[in-house]
Amino acid sequence: MSATQAASDDVLIARIAQGDRLAMQVLYGRHHVRVFRFGLRLVRDEQVAEDLISEVFLDVWRQAGKFEGRSAVSTWLLAITRFKALSALRRRKDVELDDEAANAIEDSSDDPEVAVQKKDTSEALRKCLTALSPEHREIVDLVYYHEKSVEEVAEIVGIPENTVKTRLFYARKKLADLLKAAGIERGWP
Amino acid sequence: MMAVRKKMLEQEPSEIEMLLPWHAAGTLNARDARRIDEALARDPELAKQYAAIREEYAETIHLNESLGAPSARAVQKLFAAIDGEPARKPSASLNISVRVAEFFASLSPRTLAWSASLGALALLLQAGVIGAVLMKDQTAPFQTASLSTSEPATRALGPEAPPRALVRFAPDARVADITALLDSYQASIVDGAKGGMFRLQFGNRAMAKDEIASLMSKLQNEKIVSLAVATP
Repeated sequence: MSATQAASDDVLIARIAQGDRLAMQVLYGRHHVRVFRFGLRLVRDEQVAEDLISEVFLDVWRQAGKFEGRSAVSTWLLAITRFKALSALRRRKDVELDDEAANAIEDSSDDPEVAVQKKDTSEALRKCLTALSPEHREIVDLVYYHEKSVEEVAEIVGIPENTVKTRLFYARKKLADLLKAAGIERGWP
Repeated sequence: MMAVRKKMLEQEPSEIEMLLPWHAAGTLNARDARRIDEALARDPELAKQYAAIREEYAETIHLNESLGAPSARAVQKLFAAIDGEPARKPSASLNISVRVAEFFASLSPRTLAWSASLGALALLLQAGVIGAVLMKDQTAPFQTASLSTSEPATRALGPEAPPRALVRFAPDARVADITALLDSYQASIVDGAKGGMFRLQFGNRAMAKDEIASLMSKLQNEKIVSLAVATP
C-alpha cells in the first residue's frame, strides 16, 4: 500500500468518526475483498466470512473515533478481522482449533498426492498451503498476500517480532514437509 | 552434503534466513534488503531457499486471489446495521493531526510546492527581522574582536566611547540653528527631549577629559544652548 493511500485511509477514518457514510463506503470498497479473504482463510466458511466483514466494518464505524493512527488502517482492519474470526471459530461447536481438525475440514477436491499425480506442482503447493495449521496459514497470508512487515504482523497477531520471524520459518518448514510427503522436492530444506 | 544441510536445519535459523520471505514480498527496509541481496549473492544454498520462497509467495497470492469476493449481502447487512446505530453529531474535537492531514491531502502537489517555497521565504524574512531587532537592541558599547578592513582593529569599550552630553536649547532656538550647531560639532541626537533635554553624542572617537571639558565650555557659550552637561 502506498503512503498516499495510507494517509487517505486516515482521513476516511476521521470522517467516519464524524458519521460520514460516504467515507465508510469508500473505505469498504477499498478494503473489503482483502478483509474477506483473510477472514475466509481463517474461518473456512463463506457465509461466516461474509458475516465477519459486516461485523468488522461495523466495528470500524463504532470505533473510528478511537483510532489513533499509530498503525496503518489496513493493519487495524486485519487485527479486528482476526479477533472476530477467532471469536466466530470459538462459537462454532463443530470446529476445533487444533491442526488435526483444521486439516479435517479441507475441501473435498484433490489432496496434495493426487495433485502431484497430475504433475501440477503449483497446485500441490496451494493444497499444502491450505493444509497448514491456522496459525501457520495466517502468518503466511499476512506476509505474502497482505504484504505486512514483521512489526505489522506482530501487531495483528499479538506476538513478539522474533516470534513472527521464527513462526513463519517453521510454517515454511512444515510446508516443505507436506510437499515432501506428497513427493515434491524443491531443494529446500 | 545432505547431512550438512540437515544439520543446518536442526540449528536455529539465521536472521537472514528468517527475513527472506519479507525480502520476496518487498517489505523490508533498504538496509535489510541490501544485506540479504549480498548474502544471496555469496551463498548458493540461501539462493536455493529463496527460490523456493518465491514459489510459495506466488502461490499464496494465487490461492488468495482465487477466493473471490463477498456478495452484496455483506455490504447491505453492514449499512442496515449502521442505519440502526444512534445518529452521530459531528464533533468539534476532531483530532488535530487528522485535520492537518486532511488539509494537506486536499492540496494539489503544485500548491504544496508553492506553499513550501513561501514557507521557506517567510522563514528567511523572519530570520532577517530577528537579526535586525537584535542588532538594534544591542546597546552595550562593545564590538567583537574580529578583524575589520574598514575600521581600525580596536575595541570600543565604555570609557573609550565618544563623549555625550545632556543639552537644553534656548526656547527661541530655531530648528535651522540647532541643525547647524549639530553639524559644526559633528554631533547627533541619541535620545529624545526628556524634560526639555537632548542627549547628544559628539564625533565618533573617544576624547580625553580636558578635551571634553573644553567642548562643554564651548557648547555652553553657544547662544542657542542654555545648558550643556557632560554625561557618561
